[in-house]
Amino acid sequence: MSALLSKKAWTAFLAALIAVTALAPVLNLLVPTDSLFHLSDYAVSLIGKIMCYAICALAMDLIWGYTGILSLGHGLFFALGGYVMGMYLMRQIGRDGNYKSDLPDFMVFLDWKELPWHWLLSDSFLATLILIVLVPGLIALVFGWFAFRSRIKGVYFSIITQALTFAAMLLFFRNETGFGGNNGFTDFKRLLGQPIATAEMRMILFVLTGLTLLACFLFARWLVASKYGRILQAIRDAESRVMFCGYSPLPYKLSIWVISAVMCGIAGALYVPQVGIINPGEMSPANSIEIAVWAAVGGRGTLVGPIVGAFLVNGAKSWLTVTAPEIWLYFLGALFIAVTLFLPQGVIGLVQTLRRRLK
Amino acid sequence: MTPELMRQGDARAARHAQRQAARVAGDSGGRSASYGRRLTDRKAVDLTHGRILYLEDVSVSFDGFKAINGLSLDIAPGELRCIIGPNGAGKTTMMDIITGKTRPDSGRVFFGSTIDLLRHNEPEIAQLGIGRKFQKPTVFENLTVFENLELALKTDKRVGASMRFRLDSAQSDRLAEVLHTIHLDQAASTVAGTLSHGQKQWLEIGMLLMQEPLLLLLDEPVAGMTDHETERTAELFLSLKGKHSLMVVEHDMSFIRTISEIVTVLCEGSVLAQGTLDQVQADERVVEVYLGR
Repeated sequence: MSALLSKKAWTAFLAALIAVTALAPVLNLLVPTDSLFHLSDYAVSLIGKIMCYAICALAMDLIWGYTGILSLGHGLFFALGGYVMGMYLMRQIGRDGNYKSDLPDFMVFLDWKELPWHWLLSDSFLATLILIVLVPGLIALVFGWFAFRSRIKGVYFSIITQALTFAAMLLFFRNETGFGGNNGFTDFKRLLGQPIATAEMRMILFVLTGLTLLACFLFARWLVASKYGRILQAIRDAESRVMFCGYSPLPYKLSIWVISAVMCGIAGALYVPQVGIINPGEMSPANSIEIAVWAAVGGRGTLVGPIVGAFLVNGAKSWLTVTAPEIWLYFLGALFIAVTLFLPQGVIGLVQTLRRRLK
Repeated sequence: MTPELMRQGDARAARHAQRQAARVAGDSGGRSASYGRRLTDRKAVDLTHGRILYLEDVSVSFDGFKAINGLSLDIAPGELRCIIGPNGAGKTTMMDIITGKTRPDSGRVFFGSTIDLLRHNEPEIAQLGIGRKFQKPTVFENLTVFENLELALKTDKRVGASMRFRLDSAQSDRLAEVLHTIHLDQAASTVAGTLSHGQKQWLEIGMLLMQEPLLLLLDEPVAGMTDHETERTAELFLSLKGKHSLMVVEHDMSFIRTISEIVTVLCEGSVLAQGTLDQVQADERVVEVYLGR
């Protein structure tokens, strides 16, 4: 049994841990704004957001890179986690909304008199934390059970997941489902009774997101280093051989599918308080495809790759959408084609090849 | 109830318990006839009738084409049976039926006397003790030789057990032994995808051995092997005979001559002839299908 991480990797891991929990808060909160070393609020919120995306890319890598099941619907699980958190944040607004009502503003606008049943648990933070895991997990479990039991594979599975997130988006767009329609939830005021739009709260969320990302990485590393992880790769490479070795692929696929969905849900829940808005647009098919692009660009089947990919693509996105907004989508498309054609192992694969050549 | 009656009852119960304990635990529970035998382990393969595999009047058709047509066949424990037959005779389809990949339209397939294979799916059949080697060598190309064998190891194959799995010393001894048997000791940490064709065939056979199956189904095991490798494979199969039952589908007649006792000739989905290789080769009908006269 090999160690969880090599010595070098542990060093890098610790460095990342220190950067997230100590360096970033100090540079942002304590170093004066005019100093060269000051980390701007913009950078904190951008990196915080990208770290949420990186968790999604990691989750995508587990199901796509390791198990060979391409999901084009992971945005759904991200949005579901986000919506659960959003419902809690909406209730935290209390009577400070525009209508000074106990109910969230959009319900007053729709002339609803009381909270719908699915909002009943949204006042409790503890229940919210549990639901962040349960809602995406259960939906993934039910969907995965039917899909994998029917032995739906490859591109058919991808198309169905794409349809799933699209259908959910249409459902959430409707006002009567009680999720705020196309405006979604926004204008949050408080989290656990504390004001949400302060530098300190932003930093706390940033550190939490960073810790979650690192924990997810370690967990994923443990999974793929175990025999379980090798069976996932075996399912990817030769599923029938796996069956004739006496393994039933269904529980394996289902478990990694649910784990992956839950990771996305947690990422979504961390994302919403940081960006301050959640709407059905998060469920659009394009968002789910982007998650797959991050994993592909970084390098499938390596856990560091998708994290790097999420940072590279989203870094480029935030830069390009400011400097040249009209070419961003062309750039994304070209990037995906280039990576598929020339870098099947992604950026990480390229780095490894270059390193081997230099030696 | 009087104390006297209770004492008598106790004595009877004790005598009964003694008789039960004195019974020889054997295939038929100590009795000479198989009538009324109790199965001690429902999953154990019942070999008391001297047959490990029965196929009875099995038929399957694909879009009207009868791939298997009233096939009946049986194999004894420890037997090495060779199956030959022209292309399209239904050899691979027969293996698909035995391993649960294809469901026959009619007929019965039994493993031992009690296990109805048609009630089980592929992983269950593998766990019952039937191992299969495919025509095209199928190994996990991105895993090392060692990891390939480790995955095939006979052990608890559920998700939770796989997450916690650690190789114990008996298992790693077994792994080393199989590595040696398949002549891949030196290549244990090689990625399986880089092995030669013959080595992949050997690795797949090694994976079968790790499963400790009672019955091995081998579809063209020496295809693409060098003469030397073929020779070693024949040695291996002969050493497995007796401990395991083997069903070998092959086209290589000299290989079959080396290993075979009884050869079954399949043609158009049913048994055409059966006997020693010389007997079947002398059979008019066999000559006819092979030479197309």
